[in-house]
Amino acid sequence: MLTLSAVAAEAPRPQPKSGIEYAGGDVRALQADDFGNPGMLWVARGEKLWSAPAGRSGKSCAGCHRDAPTTMKGVATRYPRRDVGGGELLNLEGRINQCREQRQGADVLRYESEELLALTAYVAHQSRGMPVNVEINDANRVNFERGRDTYYRRQGQMNLACTHCHEQNAGRKLLADTISEGHGNAYPVYRLEWQSAGSLHRRLRACFFGVRAEQPAAGSAELVDLELYLASRARGLQVETPGVRR
Amino acid sequence: MLFAAMAGHAVAATPALVPYRIEGDAIPASLAPDPGDPLRGRELISGRDGNCLLCHAVAETGVRFMGDIAPPLSGVGARLSEGQLRLRIVDSSRLNPETVMPSYYKVDGLVRVAPAWRGKPVLTAQQIEDVIVYLKTLK
Repeated sequence: MLTLSAVAAEAPRPQPKSGIEYAGGDVRALQADDFGNPGMLWVARGEKLWSAPAGRSGKSCAGCHRDAPTTMKGVATRYPRRDVGGGELLNLEGRINQCREQRQGADVLRYESEELLALTAYVAHQSRGMPVNVEINDANRVNFERGRDTYYRRQGQMNLACTHCHEQNAGRKLLADTISEGHGNAYPVYRLEWQSAGSLHRRLRACFFGVRAEQPAAGSAELVDLELYLASRARGLQVETPGVRR
Repeated sequence: MLFAAMAGHAVAATPALVPYRIEGDAIPASLAPDPGDPLRGRELISGRDGNCLLCHAVAETGVRFMGDIAPPLSGVGARLSEGQLRLRIVDSSRLNPETVMPSYYKVDGLVRVAPAWRGKPVLTAQQIEDVIVYLKTLK
């Protein structure tokens, strides 16, 4: 179905701006300081977990993937990702849990658990400074299109789509907050409102709540598809993990 | 106090909406039997029920942070009639299908509304009349 909004989606867009550019000076300073950035606590915990044996295999992440700063460098720039030859679209959280289940013989980590946030932050952190570079291809085009449909679909009692705030009104004020373009390039982020690190899906669910719509579950296919579409919009932006946001 | 004032007007479970008639760009007739109360209207504007200040600035409220997504409402009482304000609050999409202004008195044609809000308008008919009367004081 070729809707008006789908046509608009294909039109060339101006260079994306990271959410950090819409943030206040205090938030920017906190993100830039690795000793002050609270998100680094999750990265540090992820580094420990990377070498901790898990599951029936007794293997750690490092047992196969060795030195994360080398082997994980650039990985986050290509996610969410779908394996050639099938399988579902996986974001970093999904890939980590797939590894735990299939390779380590371990239980999957609950979405938004401290452990999954830490490992995700640690892996994504290895790509800090590298441009988001997801590829839309035959394997994931259906996910991309579903994500785009979600982005442009009005929903909830407020009857608003992502585009109404994050594309049409980015830079304007929603009460005291400056609306960003809604990119995921800094996630997991430490959010001052949460007093914690949190996943992109937690943040997306907050938007669904805000427009008074049904909230898809964190880790659901619907949100991973949306994450892919958002990543395609964020192409070229540097990975900032762990970002800091209000 | 804000909550106490609003509590009496909370939307009951799935009430039927009051029917209304559109003439031109207005809904001329009031939706509620009682006249609007400008003090309640002012509270609705800045409070969580109306959330108007998320997008609109209303200097007269004295609130520190207000949005700038939509036009400021200072002077709106001089620019628009009660009926014009009523349609713009009830269902602004009737005037502009692309609008970002939510429809405050509409339950049909919405997609995936959260269970807590399903079948309920954002504001009751009486609350809308309260808001209109307050907006008419902004001249």
